[in-house]
Amino acid sequence: MSRFVQIERRRQAIYGWILLSPALVLLSTFAFYPSVATFWSSIFSRQTRRRPSEYVGFENYSDLFADPTFWKVVINNLIYAGATIPISIVIALAMALWANSKIPARGFIRTAYFTPTVLPMIAAANLWLFFYTPGLGVLDQIGGLVGLPSVNWLGQPSTALWAVIMVTIWKEAGFFMIFYLAALQTIPEDLKEASDIEGASRWTYTRRIVLPLLMPTTLFIMVNALINSVKLIDHLFILTKGGPNDASKLILYYIWEMAFAFFDAPHAAAMTILVLLVLGIVAGIKFTILDKRTHYQ
Amino acid sequence: MTLSRKLGVVATAATALATPAIADTELTMYYPIAVGGALTEVVDGIVADFEAANPDIKVNAIYSGNYDDTRVRALSALSSGEPAQLAVMFSIDAYDLIEQELIVAFDDIEGVDPAWLDSFYPALMANGRIEGKTWGIPFQRSTIVAYYNKDMFRAAGLDPESPPSTWEEMISMGQALTNGDTYGLMIPSTGYPYWMFQALAIQNGKEVMSNDGLTTYFDDEAVVDTLEFWLSLSQEHGIMPEGTVEWGTLRQAFLEGQTAMMWHSTGNLTAVKNNATFDFGVAELPANVRPGSPTGGGNFYVFEDTTPEERAAALRLIEFMTSPEQAAAWSIATGYMGVSPAAYETEALQAYTAEFPPALVARNQLENAVAEFSTFETARVREGLNNAIQAALTGAATPEAALSEAQDAAERLLSAYQ
Amino acid sequence: MSRTIQNIEPIGAIVLAIIWVSPLVFAFWAAFHSTSDAVNFNLTASWTLDNFRTAWDGAPWIRYFLNTFALVTVILIGQFIVTTLAGFAFAQVRFPGRDLMFILVLMQLFILPEVLIVENYAMVSRLGLFDTILGVGMPYMASAFGIFLMRQAFKGVPIELHEAARVEGCSWFGILWRVYVPLARPTYLAYALVSVSTHWNNFLWPLIVTNSPDTRPLTVGLSIFGAPENGVDISVISAATMMSVAPLLLAFLIFQRQFVQAFLRAGIK
Repeated sequence: MSRFVQIERRRQAIYGWILLSPALVLLSTFAFYPSVATFWSSIFSRQTRRRPSEYVGFENYSDLFADPTFWKVVINNLIYAGATIPISIVIALAMALWANSKIPARGFIRTAYFTPTVLPMIAAANLWLFFYTPGLGVLDQIGGLVGLPSVNWLGQPSTALWAVIMVTIWKEAGFFMIFYLAALQTIPEDLKEASDIEGASRWTYTRRIVLPLLMPTTLFIMVNALINSVKLIDHLFILTKGGPNDASKLILYYIWEMAFAFFDAPHAAAMTILVLLVLGIVAGIKFTILDKRTHYQ
Repeated sequence: MTLSRKLGVVATAATALATPAIADTELTMYYPIAVGGALTEVVDGIVADFEAANPDIKVNAIYSGNYDDTRVRALSALSSGEPAQLAVMFSIDAYDLIEQELIVAFDDIEGVDPAWLDSFYPALMANGRIEGKTWGIPFQRSTIVAYYNKDMFRAAGLDPESPPSTWEEMISMGQALTNGDTYGLMIPSTGYPYWMFQALAIQNGKEVMSNDGLTTYFDDEAVVDTLEFWLSLSQEHGIMPEGTVEWGTLRQAFLEGQTAMMWHSTGNLTAVKNNATFDFGVAELPANVRPGSPTGGGNFYVFEDTTPEERAAALRLIEFMTSPEQAAAWSIATGYMGVSPAAYETEALQAYTAEFPPALVARNQLENAVAEFSTFETARVREGLNNAIQAALTGAATPEAALSEAQDAAERLLSAYQ
Repeated sequence: MSRTIQNIEPIGAIVLAIIWVSPLVFAFWAAFHSTSDAVNFNLTASWTLDNFRTAWDGAPWIRYFLNTFALVTVILIGQFIVTTLAGFAFAQVRFPGRDLMFILVLMQLFILPEVLIVENYAMVSRLGLFDTILGVGMPYMASAFGIFLMRQAFKGVPIELHEAARVEGCSWFGILWRVYVPLARPTYLAYALVSVSTHWNNFLWPLIVTNSPDTRPLTVGLSIFGAPENGVDISVISAATMMSVAPLLLAFLIFQRQFVQAFLRAGIK
């Protein structure tokens, strides 16, 4: 009897591993092995005609820490995340509440909010370039109508990063709205009726009942937005290329530039490892603390 | 070698053994389009003419974006085992390409004629001559020129046939031309600020780098003065907008009448000519201590990882594409310079320049032209200079402090090569 | 007070919606007008197709479109296969180390192919897949998100159906193919829409891996077109942008409900 169970278990194990093998092979090839290889690459020096590559321990990392551009990029990314995450969440929430309510033109509104999501970031950047062009661009022209001076949105260190942030928020908010919409639609109608009977205003209803119920969705969106704040850099290629004077440079762009424009793979690898560490910590937080609050089947 | 490349070699060898006839040489060439997409057709036409004249060579010309894109693509292709034999890349990439042992000197290619190497304008060869050898052949080359709006000159009471020839004139005319909506002058400070800066520095009498790629002079007094002068154009004299001027939209701004004068590449000439709704002129850049402009643009490079047959074929292609007739046709279609004196002797260019004199301005400026900014680790050193210029123009740092920082960074980067 | 808010809210929502579509609207308008008219906002200026002609001549858009189409298809097929097999394994097959493996898979959510560009690029070259559609698509096929979705979907299948098929003598693969896959169809559809939208718009990785127009997708083609050395022409760029977003945008506008449902579904999980 137990032998039958053993054979059955063995069969299941074999099947399980066979079914899993394509995924594992691909993940090893394109996620796990490259991560290890990146670390390996980051502890050697760069290969040039005069000096072949040699082991340098953590020197590449200390080079980075001594590089003022690196710190500028890190701070830029922190500002980028710190601005895009809360602002797009708040806007997404408002959008979802509106798209879910009984206001007129609801369909148009929902479409309008979601449209930026189906565009590639490069196209979005092109569209916004038209807005940001000094003097000729839409923003300046509208500003000109009300007497505001022309602003060089992309050409000034003080506004360049914010111009980039605006494009990201524009692109992301509609996407997050969908998650909120999904969650809103799972809130039973009777909760609203109950609160109406109690005489609570819409604002109180929203604040006391809807928002707490949306908390899991909010957390989910926050994690997504955090990953996006590392990933979404396509528009830099069109809008600012990280300038002026590194004012809008973000870390993934700097990694690309280091590896492909400066031919400096080891320093790019060191930065990649640092980014992975941060993402790993975020993953750790998500899977331990945050997931205690939500259930997966 | 990758697996597919190995298979490819085996297959080619097998085919070669099986076919006693002469095998075609296949060339893959990466090139940047710098003036707008429609020119891929012109390039395709030139390539087709070449293939017709040389039936044993097949050319695969791949358009790969701007100079940075093309460099990245060509080098990516090489480092991943994909064959590419030649490319048109930035003239200033030479040091880095040599350092990475990616290109071969033209003097080392069998069958090259030294007289041919000398048939090009010397100023255009400057960036390509390193360590005594020639590494790049000019193809789409330019200098900075000053475009100006003759109608606006007339309206301001200035002589439209006398554009400024000194810095003082530039300032005084600029002030006459600046009014509510229009600036007198725009010099772009995004995109390639170092290029514009080099022009100003030369006009002020100082080169910003040595010609062996090992030293930079960013914190030299004359160079700092130059940056202060650039800054003063907006701050003190008010003839230029404050902050940075966008490279990409400058041509449009000029065409819209937002500025009376603009400094830009001669490569814009045809585009301006086709779209200007006003009478415009093109002038050499004004002088201060001396006149001058850096050259710009792209050279042909042949890659190291090539067979002798491929090199010979590449040489034939390059000779064809830079021949006087082809160079003339390219110049007319784009606004880039004819790369050799012989190009300007052809009928086509003679006729064109007789009818449209601005096409000669860049060529005439070659007399006073210098090599474009290039050193070892050129991308990073250049980035330091670009940042310094933008920092000064946006008021984030004084010219002296910004250039000092750039000089320190450059010295650190170049110390390994000295 | 709340009355006023009630009246203002719809206006606020609509104003936001208008602001939100305005970049698209302006670009659309600029694409059909000459550059001069576009930047001067001559509202009565004549419409023209010149920009589209110039843009069309400037790059092999049909090639780019076909490449993008091929790319999203290849990725989707790969994803379907990998995530179905793996999702089923995690959902219904008991094997040692399953939970640990699941955690490893979820980690991939954070190890983005984009972050590992340098090494992945080397890996793709080593495999001889540089400048091929497969090379662009392979890193995305083992999608942790997809595996997760499929696992959820398969877990929802009633065990009786599984048992019934077993009794009929179906092998594991048979059960998978006949019972689970058909029942998970809505999830597949939803996932397909999300995947196609994501990869249609992907940029950085294709930028590095593709080198020639034969493999280049629309996003990379658009970025090359939009960054020439000597300056940008806003109307032509707008026309080119319109051309490249038109397919997906039209598909979205027509199949709006399905798109939104798809993302909703993916979101609920």
